[in-house]
Amino acid sequence: MSVGFRTLLYKEILRFVKVLVQTVGAPVLTALLYLLIFSHALAEHVQVYPGVHYTAFLMPGLILMTALQNAFANASSSLIQSKVTGNIVFVLLPPLSYLEFFLAYLIAALVRGFTVGLGVLLVGLLFADLELRHPMWILAFALASGAVFSCVGIMAGIWANQYDNLAAVQNFIVMPLTFLSGVFYSIHSLSPFWQSVSHLNPVFYMIDGFRYGFFGQADVDPWLGLAVVTPCALLLSGFALMMLKSGYKLRH
Amino acid sequence: MTVAVRLRGLEKRFPKVHALRGVDLDIQEGEFFALLGPNGAGKTTLISILAGLTRPTAGSAQVLGHDVVGDYREARRRLGVVPQELVYDPFFTVRETLRFQSGYFGIRHNDAWIDELLANLGLSDKADTYTRQLSGGMKRRVLVAQALVHKPPVIVLDEPTAGVDVELRQSLWTFIRRLNGEGHTIVLTTHYLEEAESLCARVAMLKEGRIIALDSTANLLRAGGERRLSLDLVPPALPASLAARLTGRAGERFILDLPEFADLEGILATLREAGITVRDMSVSQADLEEVFLRFMRDGEGWA
Repeated sequence: MSVGFRTLLYKEILRFVKVLVQTVGAPVLTALLYLLIFSHALAEHVQVYPGVHYTAFLMPGLILMTALQNAFANASSSLIQSKVTGNIVFVLLPPLSYLEFFLAYLIAALVRGFTVGLGVLLVGLLFADLELRHPMWILAFALASGAVFSCVGIMAGIWANQYDNLAAVQNFIVMPLTFLSGVFYSIHSLSPFWQSVSHLNPVFYMIDGFRYGFFGQADVDPWLGLAVVTPCALLLSGFALMMLKSGYKLRH
Repeated sequence: MTVAVRLRGLEKRFPKVHALRGVDLDIQEGEFFALLGPNGAGKTTLISILAGLTRPTAGSAQVLGHDVVGDYREARRRLGVVPQELVYDPFFTVRETLRFQSGYFGIRHNDAWIDELLANLGLSDKADTYTRQLSGGMKRRVLVAQALVHKPPVIVLDEPTAGVDVELRQSLWTFIRRLNGEGHTIVLTTHYLEEAESLCARVAMLKEGRIIALDSTANLLRAGGERRLSLDLVPPALPASLAARLTGRAGERFILDLPEFADLEGILATLREAGITVRDMSVSQADLEEVFLRFMRDGEGWA
């Protein structure tokens, strides 16, 4: 990999590492609060999978949801900050190819997401026992889903003209899709209508497949999940690359 | 000589503005070149196209033979741009900023040159300061350093001294002159016309997206403003043979046309022969500012 790409990747990682309390500490704390509150409120009432305590059931979903939200946040906020302050020219003037540009932002977003996810996992282990039945499934879904949200973050960051635009994407797309993905419940507890609606949400397959890696049980077959999520990741990558290649909103 | 910057039929239309209306320009390697024009003339658009920040609507731009669109990586490697906006990345220190910029250009272990840049720009003691803590003038210096990390053969400075104190202007120009002396091509836009006059050998004047004047600074000064000789004579009378040169009188003083300095000798000889003493004498010449204003007023005709 070229020096230019490695430098941009390193710079993007250092950017969030320099403010770790805010970029990793805060989301881990928020996830922990969800874990404590929901498990306290629901643990006595809900048994989703036989033999799985509700607190444990909650963990994988929380880990992935937080990781995905942060992957999105890393790419989108870095780009919008650079655009608003104008220092985006520092990375537009050098001879970086659009592919190097894309991969640097994508991987940095994944690193941020994984760091936060790992943080939630470690803190969560204080409150629940988790097994790792199928680590490869965990990794596969983490990567594919992380790529989807990183791409959405890159595209939103390029598209947005100001922070408000980004907040809209965050509040009206990212939050509803992640909250209604079955992080806090099994969709089998829903009415048939809402079950079929959930099947239209790609984030549902991400959470469900990721959870399968921990418990070996899920709402749908993980292969089906992967067959939904991977094409999403590839499609969005292609779209983000096209945006970068055309210079959309970056090179006028 | 090699052409450092070649523009051919360069046009740029924005949704509401026709910023460039067909610009042809060759800047030779090693030149110190000025791009002058009022706000909105298209200077920054032209530079943005060279830098790849803006895509031309029509025409082409090359840096040392490399097309800025088709061969953008090679073109950008050869170009260093100091942007007009005072931009910085608040997350990083001056040294981090310069190391990153080196890396983006594919250069590792660049600290020797970075240290030299810092020293030449008076930034050595600010190396580990966060850029957000620097004053405006200091931030400008960092931008200059960033543009030079990869030792670009062609250096473009877009209004580098806007809002910058005198001390920095002096030290900046000393440094840029040195780089020019070492063979770097310098392209400069500035509002300070005296800067262009003292630094640049050649000037292009832009107005409403067109080049309306393109010549050496010396020629422009000669063409744009006549030289005048002002004489205070005792007794106050002008020999008849000099009457043709007389363009006016200011009190006791005679104002004569002086197209060439070489004429001065003959004029003084004529006066001496006529027994007229020169009590005071001065030569005035239009500066680039007057030439510039005239071109802006009269428009095309000199290009």
